[in-house]
Amino acid sequence: MIEYRIERRSGVATYLQIVQQTKQALRLGLLQPGDKLPTAREVVEATAINPNTVLKAYRELDREGLVEPRPGLGTFVRRSLARAEAGADGELRAELSAWADRARQAGLEYEDATALVASVLAQTFEGNR
Amino acid sequence: MNSDSTDRPAALEALGLGKKYRRGWALRDCSFRVPAGRVCGMVGPNGAGKSTLLALAANLLTPSEGGIRVLGGPLDDPELRRRFAFVAQDKPLYSGFTVAEMLRFGRELNPGWDEDTAQRVVAQGDLPADARIGTLSGGQRTRVALALALGKHPELLLLDEPMSDMDPLARHQLMGTLMAEAAEHGTTIVMSSHILAELDGVIDYLLLVDGGRIRLAGEVDEILSAHQFLFGAGEPADLSGHTVVETRQSGRQLSALIRPQGPVTGPWEAAPPTLEELLLAYLRSPQAPSLLTAEARTGAEVAA
Repeated sequence: MIEYRIERRSGVATYLQIVQQTKQALRLGLLQPGDKLPTAREVVEATAINPNTVLKAYRELDREGLVEPRPGLGTFVRRSLARAEAGADGELRAELSAWADRARQAGLEYEDATALVASVLAQTFEGNR
Repeated sequence: MNSDSTDRPAALEALGLGKKYRRGWALRDCSFRVPAGRVCGMVGPNGAGKSTLLALAANLLTPSEGGIRVLGGPLDDPELRRRFAFVAQDKPLYSGFTVAEMLRFGRELNPGWDEDTAQRVVAQGDLPADARIGTLSGGQRTRVALALALGKHPELLLLDEPMSDMDPLARHQLMGTLMAEAAEHGTTIVMSSHILAELDGVIDYLLLVDGGRIRLAGEVDEILSAHQFLFGAGEPADLSGHTVVETRQSGRQLSALIRPQGPVTGPWEAAPPTLEELLLAYLRSPQAPSLLTAEARTGAEVAA
C-alpha cells in the first residue's frame, strides 16, 4: 500500500502530487500490477484533503492505463512502470555509467555533466513530453 | 460525489436573502446556490455576515427579506431537521452533562445515530467519558460538538468557525474525519473560516462574504482559472477591456489581478493566482465586481 505525502505549499496541484507519487512508486516497483490503491476515504482521512482531488488523480491514472477501478472493490494497479533496462544491472545503465566516467576524465564537473545530459534528453524527447 | 450532484437538489439555495438587525443590515441581496456533495468554504472578514448566513440556513434566525432553501425543502419541514447538522461558534452543549451523557442525548434524539462514528471522534481526542462538559477546554468541547453532528450522518453539515480553538494536530485529525465523512457519504459541508490556509486543498467550492454581500461564489477551480495575476512594466491603461480586481504599483513594476476578457497583450508576465492571493486581492478591493459561476447562480438569475 502506498502512503501519499501532500505538500500544500509546493505549488504543484494536489491531484498531480498523487499522480506523480503513484508513478514514482510504479517505477521503483513499490507498487505492482494487482496491488490496490488506498480508497479515497483512507487518503483523505490521513491527509485532510478534498475527496474529489483523490478521485481526480485516480481518474487521470486510469486514463493513462496505469490503474483500473473495480466497482465495489477499489482501484487496482494495471501495469508497472519499472523497466528492466533501467535497473541496476541493465545495459543502458552500464553504457551511461561508462559515459559518465569519460565525461569526468575529460574534466567535466557534476553540474556540466548534468546540464549536458538534460540538454540531450530535451532534444531527443522533444515533442513527446 | 460530484457525479450525483446534478440529480440531487441544491444543498443551499438563497434568493434575495437579507437580515436586518437593530444596527442595520447584516446581510443583503444574497442569491447563490451550493450544489449537493460540495465541500464549501465560507470566507470573509469578521463581521462580514458569515455567522448570520449560517444561522439563517440552520433556521435559527428568520430572514428579514428573501429566503433560503435547504436540501430542496422549506426550512419549517420537521423532517429536514434530521437531515442537517449545525455546529455554532459557541458550541451549545449542556455544561453539567458528562461526555457520555452528551452522546447518549445524541443517540436518543436521532433515529439514524451512528455510535461508532461519534465514539471514534471522541476517542481521538482522549476525552474521558465521565468528564463534565463544563470542565473541558474550548477545543475539546468542539470535538464533542462535532462528534454529535457526525453521529447524525447529516446530508448537510453547517460549521461556523469549527477549528478556531483547536491545536494543529486536532485540526488535522478533525479535518481528515470530515473529509472521510464526505468521501463515504457524499455529505455536503459548508464551513466558515477566516483562516485561509486552513481551507486550501480542503474546499472545492467557495463563498466569499464581505460587507453583507456575496462577492464570489462557485467552484474553486473555476474561480481561480477565471483570473490571472499579471506583473511587469506595464501601465494600468494596458488593462482596459479586462475586468480589473486590483492593481498595485511598486517602483516600475505594476502587478494586477484581472479577469481576462480575451487575450492579454502588453509587457506582462502572467501566472495563475493562488486561492489566498485571490481572496486577499478581493478583500483589499471592495469595489471589484462580484463573480458567481454558472453552478452558483440561482434559477431566477439564470433566467434574467
